[in-house]
Amino acid sequence: MLSKEKTLKIKKTAEEYRNVPAPHGVDINLNEYKINKSDIIIDSLEDLDREYRSQLENIGINIKEENTSGSYLQINNEAVYSHVQSKIEMMPISEALEKYDLDEYYWNLVEIKDKYTARAALELSEGFFIRVPKGVKETIPLQTCLLIGKENSSQNVHNIIIVEEGGELNIITGCTTSAHVKSGLHIGISEFYIKKNGKLTYTMIHDWGENVHVRPRTGVYIEENGVFINNYVITTPVKSIQSYPTVYCAGENSKATLQTIVYGKGQSKIDLGSKVVLSGKYSSADIVSRSIADDASEIVARGLLVGEEEEIKGHLECKGLIISDESRLYAVPELDARKANIDLSHEAAVGKIAGDQLIYLMSRGLTEDEAVSLIIKGFLSIDLSGLPPNLAKSVERIIDMTLDSI
Amino acid sequence: MLTIENLSVKVEDKLLLKNINLNIDTGEIHVLFGPNGAGKSTLINTILGNPKYKVVEGSIYFKGKDIIDMPIYERAKLGIGISYQSPPSIPGVKLKDLLKIISKVDWESIEKMAETLHFKDFLERDVNVGFSGGEVKRSELLQLFAQNPDFIMFDEPDSGVDVENVKLIGTIINDILLEKTKKPADRKKSGLIITHMGHILDFTNVDRAHVLYNGIISCSGSPDEILNTIIRYGYERCIACYQKKKH
Repeated sequence: MLSKEKTLKIKKTAEEYRNVPAPHGVDINLNEYKINKSDIIIDSLEDLDREYRSQLENIGINIKEENTSGSYLQINNEAVYSHVQSKIEMMPISEALEKYDLDEYYWNLVEIKDKYTARAALELSEGFFIRVPKGVKETIPLQTCLLIGKENSSQNVHNIIIVEEGGELNIITGCTTSAHVKSGLHIGISEFYIKKNGKLTYTMIHDWGENVHVRPRTGVYIEENGVFINNYVITTPVKSIQSYPTVYCAGENSKATLQTIVYGKGQSKIDLGSKVVLSGKYSSADIVSRSIADDASEIVARGLLVGEEEEIKGHLECKGLIISDESRLYAVPELDARKANIDLSHEAAVGKIAGDQLIYLMSRGLTEDEAVSLIIKGFLSIDLSGLPPNLAKSVERIIDMTLDSI
Repeated sequence: MLTIENLSVKVEDKLLLKNINLNIDTGEIHVLFGPNGAGKSTLINTILGNPKYKVVEGSIYFKGKDIIDMPIYERAKLGIGISYQSPPSIPGVKLKDLLKIISKVDWESIEKMAETLHFKDFLERDVNVGFSGGEVKRSELLQLFAQNPDFIMFDEPDSGVDVENVKLIGTIINDILLEKTKKPADRKKSGLIITHMGHILDFTNVDRAHVLYNGIISCSGSPDEILNTIIRYGYERCIACYQKKKH
């Protein structure tokens, strides 16, 4: 439940921003996209028809729910499946809003300040609500999937994750469209709270259609000794994505790692960044981004570290390969230091595939194409050492799978 | 196995090799001496098929086939291998994965070879990333073992390697990669070693030596004799032979 004041405030702000474009990313005409529900009713993911199942498998969702602690599936704006097999609590956000007082969590980390957030606030939206009870450490991953199942749909999502003190949660999220859907809009609000000594790893695979616009809006708040690891992967064409999640390392010794892997194909317009505000003493952050600009894609890779407290440490690494002359790669690494005794650094590099690497691999018997694809795979590989071994393995498998399609 | 006839090679507009003739038979190891800039790297890059090196004249026959127009990877598939002096690193690609891609032998024997090279811990590391000089050489030998080529070129396999490891590397080149411990009739491999210092020769049974000077093979003969001459007189002596050959 939300208080009357909160509800009114959300509504008022949203009305104000209903037509305000976002500072980054192409401007989208929201009227082109209708808000749809879903007519699918299932008792398990295996009840889905073949098209959906294969689409879900493409983004790493285990249909049989093996080695998962729970599964959530949203099609358009309806939670069609939500099932946990562990002590974790999960339900559609619409249910959570009826059951709990969410004033402190709902629209608390993400501000309503553009037409996308305004739409998510004003119109029908759905999402997952996940709460890890105090001290519950679940290393088996929970899988969630957001799917656009109808042409020209506007999928409005609002997710909340609360990791209570000492809890641990590992999530794999896959976002996709069903095969026949070519155009759509995804607006995703995500607000994650990691309390004292809590840990959240969040791995997201995007596989949208060529004409789908994507506007995630994410805020993460980390308390004392909390850990947040975020991996984001997109290797398939999309109309446009613009996202700039903000992580608040507010607690002492809190830690955030954000890794982004982008393979820009087709006409994709991708504007991705991560911002970490380090306000807890001894807090630290690592932002790593790897982008490949191919075809006629345009990629903006942003990163911002804000040091607000002493003894914080942050590093931003932004590397890109540009393959096609039609493409563009624009890197914007930024540091904002506000205390004397801090350690912030960044490196950015954009280049092409090195000739000596190609020759090296070809002299071992790889064809030029094989050599290029191996170098690219290597370039895009991310550090999975922070993930539980089983999860690391499945994430590696999913990433390999998505890279194989390159 | 490898026959080079009258080979001249250009890089950009510079003629770097002139009228090279070289014949390496099956079962033989040859060594190539020469001062810096003599064209040693040019020769192996040309045999390898690096497109930067343009053949302006002559032929290269490998296993009876003219390979001049073959791309690098086809030459590699035909059985030409190389141990680089300073190979590039391939970030994000584990050595283990590269070995599996290029391997023509079973995984157990690769693991065994990694153990012999004291290199097992490096299988999970990214190819050549942060490797020391000696580690790079062992990585190269392990890759060659997996690739199992019939003719291998070794570019300075002993440079930057400590004495103990020169012995290990030399022994593996000689005994395993080039099968010199087999009966002459059973040897199927050949090699060409480029060396500056000649340390590696203490552990390899080299059949013939050549001196490359200013793009010309100025002299060929017994490895010991040539090495001793170079050690004693430097490349000064070679200049005289070079002058003679040039005309």
